[in-house]
Amino acid sequence: MLSTKNIISIDDLSVDDINLIMENADSFYEVLGREFKKLPTLRGKTIINLFFESSTRTRTSFEIAAKRLSADLINFSASTSSLKKGESIIDTIKTIQSMMIDLLIMRHPDSGAMNFIAGNIDVPLINAGDGKHQHPTQALLDLYTIKKSFKDFKGLKVAIAGDILNSRVARSDIKLFRRMGMDVTIVSAPMLLPVNLEYFDSNYVYDIEKIIEDIDILYMLRMQFERQDRKYYPSIKEYNRFLSLNMERLKKMKKGSIIMHPGPVNRGIEISENVMNHGENYSGFKINTQVTNGVAVRMALIYLMLGST
Amino acid sequence: MKEKASILNENDIERILKRISHEIIERNKGSKNLVFIGIQKRGVPLAVRIAKNIEELEKNNLKIGRLDITFYRDDVGSKIKPAIEITDIPFEIDDKDIILVDDVLFTGRTIRASLDAIIDFGRPKTIQLVVLVDRGHRELPIRADYVGKNIPTARDEFVEVRLKEIDDIDMVTICQAE
Repeated sequence: MLSTKNIISIDDLSVDDINLIMENADSFYEVLGREFKKLPTLRGKTIINLFFESSTRTRTSFEIAAKRLSADLINFSASTSSLKKGESIIDTIKTIQSMMIDLLIMRHPDSGAMNFIAGNIDVPLINAGDGKHQHPTQALLDLYTIKKSFKDFKGLKVAIAGDILNSRVARSDIKLFRRMGMDVTIVSAPMLLPVNLEYFDSNYVYDIEKIIEDIDILYMLRMQFERQDRKYYPSIKEYNRFLSLNMERLKKMKKGSIIMHPGPVNRGIEISENVMNHGENYSGFKINTQVTNGVAVRMALIYLMLGST
Repeated sequence: MKEKASILNENDIERILKRISHEIIERNKGSKNLVFIGIQKRGVPLAVRIAKNIEELEKNNLKIGRLDITFYRDDVGSKIKPAIEITDIPFEIDDKDIILVDDVLFTGRTIRASLDAIIDFGRPKTIQLVVLVDRGHRELPIRADYVGKNIPTARDEFVEVRLKEIDDIDMVTICQAE
């Protein structure tokens, strides 16, 4: 019942689709709280998790979501696959499709890989992250987390802080938040930004202190110092100074505001050890809630996609 | 849809629900072990009304839950209807006598789905079914314990139940698709 067959980019979904996913996520969230966490809804449906890039959280989240709906989900990871034997991606996908599957969930290190694949298969496809391009299911679970904390999206002030350049999460989130009427401020440094900032239609500051007291939502991105081909930042200390969340800044945030992160958090880099250790005491700390919401939202997505005829 | 006949008005519905409330107390020899589950959407206000009637007669408080059966339907693959109503059963059902309430009993598939859903929540002592209208045409071996009114219908007719809590009026009519 979604307007699109594949979910590759967050832009594939209409506002009606998004509202439908949010509503359905509520119903599935209720199921997560039951003792018997199983619904018979998608019995007999076969789903493949095709991950060409390693991931534990997203893959497990999809697996739990599928199993709660009684669907059969099989994990296929690139390292053990026939790709090592030299099979092309297209042939791999066509082989899998020939096993009569109902849904393909894929993650790939190349931006644009999903569009390429979608053109070569019949089965519906969910993008679990392609290169630096998009991570639509993360954006949806982030939106759902926000929805549960605030009455309306319109006018909410969101700050997204960190490495926007390398982040598919940021690209999906910012587009989605803007579409739902939120006010977005990017907090970053020039070397962590993509070339055309106008694409995001957002405000921009380089110092987190400038917005910390005004925002309703602080979204921290993961900064990977260890995995960089060039130096984006001179030192962790300098990163902390302009772009990180510590206890002092947390205390400046306004009442009712929330903190989010796609996970896993680099303690001491984008969020301080102190905040991570005491985070659960703060009701606005939503990082763990996002994970729970992720299962509910992915259940809603799988349910809605396997229903479209 | 074209309205063909008006079957029950506000007063009829009120009398039926009062009668059913008494029948429930009679058959269960009181109301001590009763809990209510209303099937979304219109089973819920009916369950609330019956529970209130019994509370007034028995001078006690009864628990009421809401159940949406969309995820338990047997036609999920062909045409999924998005779930919009909430399931909320905030009490233990083990060893309880559940009064399951729906507005119209037709093929029996909704009730079959409800039974599957309830069993996932626990092991009740009994499940007793209340329906406001039984319109016949059962496709499964399902029957109601308490029936408001038996209304024979043709297969292509619709029984439309409207309730004040949702539709601003209490009325049951038979309609024909145009």
